[in-house]
Amino acid sequence: MIKIENAVVSYRENVALRGVSLEVNVGEFVGIVGPNGAGKTTLLTVVNGLGRLLSGRVWVLGHYLTAGNGHSLRKKVGYVPQVHNIDPRMPMSVREVVMIGRYGLLGLLSRPGRHDWEIVDEALELVGMSHLAQRPIGHLSGGEQQRVAIARCLAQEPELFLLDEPTASLDWKAQSDILELVKRIHDSRHITTLFVTHDLSALPVACDRVVLMKEGLIWGEGSPSELLTDENLSRLYDMPISEVRRRRREETLVNGGEF
Amino acid sequence: MDFSIFGYQFMQNAILSAFLGGIACATIGVFVVLMHMPFIGVAMSHAAFAGALLGIWLGFNPLVGAIALSLAAAAIIGPLADRGELTPDTSLGVIFSLMLGLAFLFMGLMPGTKSLALELLWGSILTNTRSDVILLGIVAAVVVGLVFAFYKEIQATIFHRDMARSVGIPATLILYGVLFLTGATITASLRSIGGLLIFSLILNPAAAAYQLTYSMKKMFLLAAAFGVLSGWIGLLFSYLFNIPSGAMIVVTSSVIFLIAAVFSPKRKVKGWQKKPLLEGQ
Repeated sequence: MIKIENAVVSYRENVALRGVSLEVNVGEFVGIVGPNGAGKTTLLTVVNGLGRLLSGRVWVLGHYLTAGNGHSLRKKVGYVPQVHNIDPRMPMSVREVVMIGRYGLLGLLSRPGRHDWEIVDEALELVGMSHLAQRPIGHLSGGEQQRVAIARCLAQEPELFLLDEPTASLDWKAQSDILELVKRIHDSRHITTLFVTHDLSALPVACDRVVLMKEGLIWGEGSPSELLTDENLSRLYDMPISEVRRRRREETLVNGGEF
Repeated sequence: MDFSIFGYQFMQNAILSAFLGGIACATIGVFVVLMHMPFIGVAMSHAAFAGALLGIWLGFNPLVGAIALSLAAAAIIGPLADRGELTPDTSLGVIFSLMLGLAFLFMGLMPGTKSLALELLWGSILTNTRSDVILLGIVAAVVVGLVFAFYKEIQATIFHRDMARSVGIPATLILYGVLFLTGATITASLRSIGGLLIFSLILNPAAAAYQLTYSMKKMFLLAAAFGVLSGWIGLLFSYLFNIPSGAMIVVTSSVIFLIAAVFSPKRKVKGWQKKPLLEGQ
């Protein structure tokens, strides 16, 4: 499904990926974990063809990724970015934003038909947002906007699902709802999924495999039970595990308190 | 009031120019407002003005100079905007001041009378010829036609460029297309409205429409209607009170924006936002 060989990506003077190799099988759910600046988001952009490789090779959905075919491959790859600020006055409804997921598939000069709107309504139903379908997109909370982003990806009918910190900056309840939703989608549709997070408490239990990243390199990969040991985590985050746990507990208390 | 003036060819040209220019400018304005790039429009309109003055100075068609320099500005601005590296207070400030400086430099270097240059500065819709009207008509038809044909790609790009790219939409091409259309619209409207005022006719009608609707299609229609109204009302007042038409069109568009802002439904708190946080509060 995905094969990355020795990928090197640089943003001006910063090297984001330093020769990363990774393989992901069809239907697998892979969690990518690491501190900020580890290269996790860049790894996702390499997979959907938006990241520019300095060197290395990438195969996605059975195709060797080049500058020319990234555009057509992206139509089959659903991408949920980190929460971003949406203009509260943006003149678009939730339903219209979900329809954007169909636009790439429809191609230039064609209009969405009844079938496309049915798919959009199904996606909204699945993420529990049907009742807000006509609401202006900018009027939703962060958690609701992420549900809409997931619905947009579902409307795209993707073969590959990339989620970039979809729960970052959300409160505890919204985080848990999104994680539950992602797990439900993977269980029911078996879409190959890459889930990026810096926060271990936001790692879905559905993960078949975990990839740890640090400083632009893959630092370890394996099953969650093998890899997420106290020793590995304290080395990954450069602090004693007791401190990692204390901070995670505090964060849970704070977020829980907000809720 | 004597309305026989509307029987004259020059007035008919002016009315048609206001109609076509109002539609083209306001449609471009929707992009400028929703893509949060008002400074890009300002820089490009000054580039077009400088290019037109270069044409007058060197003796070639001012419209060729206008389109060439506004596209050159787009070529500099486009990659910066596309990479998200553009901060209005730095790069655009430099481009804007450079274009304004060049405009006044070319004006200073011009030998003899500067009446043609001043006409481009303030605009003179009442002197528009049939060929000016045809040019405006072509630009307005191209702008409206492209928006109609590529509405869904434009809508996605306006919403979020990276997200549009991630679903396979050529968002970079759409962005450059918008910049090109902005340059062409400004060039075609330069003689009617003037290099210093044209940007207000691009921004104000779209900004007014933005206050009034949560539908992008309605925003395009309202903006075009406000653009045409600004042109016609401005023209009427200019005739009635014998004041410069370009300035009056811009003042009218600003008044329409102020009225829209005051009566904007987006300022009111909706029912769902007024609900108490907890039951029983």
